[in-house]
This record gives sequence, C-alpha cells and structure tokens, in this order.
Amino acid sequence: MKTVYLDYAATTPVDPRVVSAMLPYFSRKYGNSMSLHSFGQEAYRALEKSRQTVADFIGAHLEEIIFTSSATESNNLVMKGLASVYGRKKNHIIISKIEHDCVLESARYLKSQGFALTELSVDKEGFVNLQELERSITDATLVVSVIHGNNEIGTIQDVAAIGAVCKNHHVLFHTDASQSFGKVPIDVSSLPVDLLTASSHKIYGPKGVGMLYLRRGVIIDPLLHGGGHEWGKRSSTSNVAGIVGFAKACELCENVMKTEHKRLSALRDMLTDGILKSIKGTHLNGPRGAKRLSNNVNISFSAVEGESLVLELDFNGIAASTGSACSSKNLQPSHVLTAIGLTHVDAHGSLRMSVGRFTTKKEIEYTIRMLKQAVSKLRNISPLHYS
Amino acid sequence: MYSPQTIAHFRTPHNYGELKHPDGRGEAGNIICGDIMSLYIEVKKNKKGKEIITAVKFKTYGCAAAIATSSVITDLAKGKTIEEALLLNKKDIVDILHGLPPIKIHCSLLAIDALGEAIYQYLTGHKRPVPSDLATRHQHIEKEKQIIEERLKKLKESL
Repeated sequence: MKTVYLDYAATTPVDPRVVSAMLPYFSRKYGNSMSLHSFGQEAYRALEKSRQTVADFIGAHLEEIIFTSSATESNNLVMKGLASVYGRKKNHIIISKIEHDCVLESARYLKSQGFALTELSVDKEGFVNLQELERSITDATLVVSVIHGNNEIGTIQDVAAIGAVCKNHHVLFHTDASQSFGKVPIDVSSLPVDLLTASSHKIYGPKGVGMLYLRRGVIIDPLLHGGGHEWGKRSSTSNVAGIVGFAKACELCENVMKTEHKRLSALRDMLTDGILKSIKGTHLNGPRGAKRLSNNVNISFSAVEGESLVLELDFNGIAASTGSACSSKNLQPSHVLTAIGLTHVDAHGSLRMSVGRFTTKKEIEYTIRMLKQAVSKLRNISPLHYS
Repeated sequence: MYSPQTIAHFRTPHNYGELKHPDGRGEAGNIICGDIMSLYIEVKKNKKGKEIITAVKFKTYGCAAAIATSSVITDLAKGKTIEEALLLNKKDIVDILHGLPPIKIHCSLLAIDALGEAIYQYLTGHKRPVPSDLATRHQHIEKEKQIIEERLKKLKESL
C-alpha cells in the first residue's frame, strides 16, 4: 500500500546522511568523551566539534550549548533549574496557554511547590498579547516561557518583541523552539532570548538528543548530578553518536533552509486550500503566511471526530494526528485548541498534518482525495449536521 | 490499541443510517466528551405475540470505539425481544470486540444507554409499563444531559 507520512511535527525520519555520520561512533569510535586515552579524545573531539556546529547554527558561543536527551528534558531543566537557583527571591513564572505539555506540566509542578504561575491567553490565531505580558510581569517574576512555533496550530510568536519586553523588565526569557528550529533562522546573537530549547528528531536527526541554549551569565542548577558533563549542567555519559547526528542534521538544515521554507510553505498552502475548497464545513486553525510554521496544517472538520478521521486516513496509508479528546489520555480536547477559542465540536474534529523534507505534491493530491472520502464516510454515519 | 475486531466494525460498520418511521429512538453521549449516538428501533409482534426488535439503525459521531460499539449493539439487539434486549450489557459488547482500551470502555456503556433510551421511548410512546430499572436509567441520563447543557452554557458565556 502507498504510504504518505504527514506527521513530521511528531517526528522525522533520520536523513541517510545523518545516519552515515553517526555510524562510526557506534562501532569504531566508541570511546567515552571523558576518558583520557585516545579513544576518549576521539569522542571528545567529535562532541566538541558537534557543539561548535550547533552553536554556529544559532549564533551562540560554544559554552552556551548544553546537550540533553530531549526537548522535554531541556524544558524541565529550564523550569526546575532556574527555580532551584533563583526561586527564593523570584517565585513567579509566566508561560502561555499554548505551551507544549512539558513546559506546562513543569510550570504546574512548580506551582504545586509554591510558585505563582500566570498563563497568558492567546488570540484566535494563537498569538500572545504583549500588553498582557507586560502587565503580568512583577518584581517576583523569574522567567517568561513562550513557545516559538506552536506544535499544533503552527503559530510563530514574535519572540523578538516578547524578548524585548522581558529584557526591559530584567526578566529571563525562554522559548521552546522545538518546532521552529531548523525551519526559520534563529540567531541568538541578536535575538533577546536567554534560554532556548531545540530537538534533534524534529530536524531529521536521531531521537534521544535535545539541546538547551543558555546565555552566558544565566545560572541553572542541574537536574542530573554526577560526573560533571556539560559544564556540570547535565551529568550523563555523552551520547556522542546521537550528538554527532544532531550536528549533522543542523548542517543539512542550514544548507537548504531557504529553499525548503519556500517549498514546504507551498505544499502546506496547497494542502490547506485543497481541503478548504473541496470539503464543506472546514476551517483552518492558526494563522496564515509567514507567521505560520512552513510545515503545519491544522483543520477542523465539523460533524466528524478526529480520532476516527486519523484511523480512516491510516487505512489509506496516510499518517496524521488530531487534538480530539478521544485520542488523548485524559479525554480532554487539546488545550491549545481550546485556548484559541474553539468549541468542543471543532476541537474534537481537528486534524493536524505536517509536511516535510520527503513530502511530494503527488502525496498532497492523494491526501486531499482520500480525506474527502474519509470525511464523507464519517459524515454519513454522524448524527450531527454540518455547514 | 484497538483489537482487529474493533477496527473491522469501525471500518465497515453494520446497520448505520436512520429508520424513517422508528418505533423508538434513543440518544446518548454529549458533545463535550465527543461521542453522540442515535439509535433507531423498529418493533413488531411475532406469531406468539412477543415484541421483537426487527430493525435497528444507528448514527454516531465519535471515535472508532464509539462507532464500533454502535455497530455491535445493532447486531446484538436485532431479533431480540424487548426483555432480552434490556438484558444486554457492556460486557456483551466488549466481548464481541475482544476488549477495548480501558479509557474507551465508556463507549460501550454509551451504546447500552442509547438502546435503553430507544426502548424507553418505544414503551412510553405505546403507553406501556416501563420496567423500574429502565426508568431509573432514563432519569439518570436525563439528569446528565441537563448537567452537560449547563456546562455548555457556562462555557459559551465564558468565551
């Protein structure tokens, strides 16, 4: 059966060139980067070269890059690591209502430990309001964390403006750039951001590798104590093969970012417009144009439930995802979709499709055709009316 | 994950659609949870004078489990007497589907409720006595509907 992968926002295949770069570090170059002998030195050099590549990719200094095991770990490290250092004097945290679960849950955990938490609302397209942000900042505010590119609805926040507000008020600013990293240029030498999270497996690198950019002068306590890896910020034997792969993935992204942005945006719009034009009772969630991630499409289908739609598409080889309650572990619809004001029926009927490096026009055409069939079948079974 | 039996019922559901002139129609579920099930029954007397459910149709908005359980309940109810149909329970459905993910078990209850409501409507519509169990179930479902409607109203006001 034909398969069409439209879930690049969940994870990406590892680029074959990344696999090639990684392979020697499993078999021949297997040293521990902390060992003194030549095996260790070889691993250490690969680790630091990779760190330089990643640092250069975002305009950072070498020592500002901390490798972790995932974006979730990076985000936990930000929240809990900052709280541990500064928490006694600064006990207020600001996040947006559309953060990824790992930021949201870390912040809520700190709330349970006595921190004050503000969750900024967003408008219909998912943008935070700068005035509301400014009003929310107090003398006790420790950090503001706002997701750069939203994983569900694709909204790209104006992090430069948010960072400027934070800088004015001497508050730390963190952004989770897991979805935007590698898709839009990020230059921390000019961007007023103090901490930034990124992930390898969203950019055709291996799973199990994440990154935290930590601006010089910002102090953080580690989650993992031990042998003092990553400047004592994150002990654990370095995942050299994975980190080498991550660096290679960054290199590849840098080379094609401009052309890929154009190509993916065109595929995204082709898919969006194709669905909106050919299927009634549909609307796009999130913004359009340059303020949207180049690979993200999120559409609500009235009178159809998302999980059913995902399975119907899967029968035809198409991989997508949904923000429906039925597909979640707690039977609640996506907090992002409810934050942008979607009714329950629209949140339940949402479908996220994300294109990527290996998506073709033909696949988009096929998807629109199959989606039309699937929606019509489910609407035939549905007791709800649509318009 | 879903069993192959659940996927099969979801993929080709049995008896979906509506009856134009149903003898009873029942609805269960709500939009907040994301499952709404409408069940239609046709009831005829057999030669012995027993009331038999001769046709069942459903329309369901919901996840694969909701659609598969709807499909199964129509199979199970068809050909049964009213008394027999009222004895059906969620275990009967779950067994046919070879299990459901724990979080989806409530979908099977939804199907039982929808059938119960259709029978309730049939009985009251024909001025027939309603068994006390069924009356209690009906009251419970009605009460839940009220609670949901109030919640929806509040949600709409808060938007």
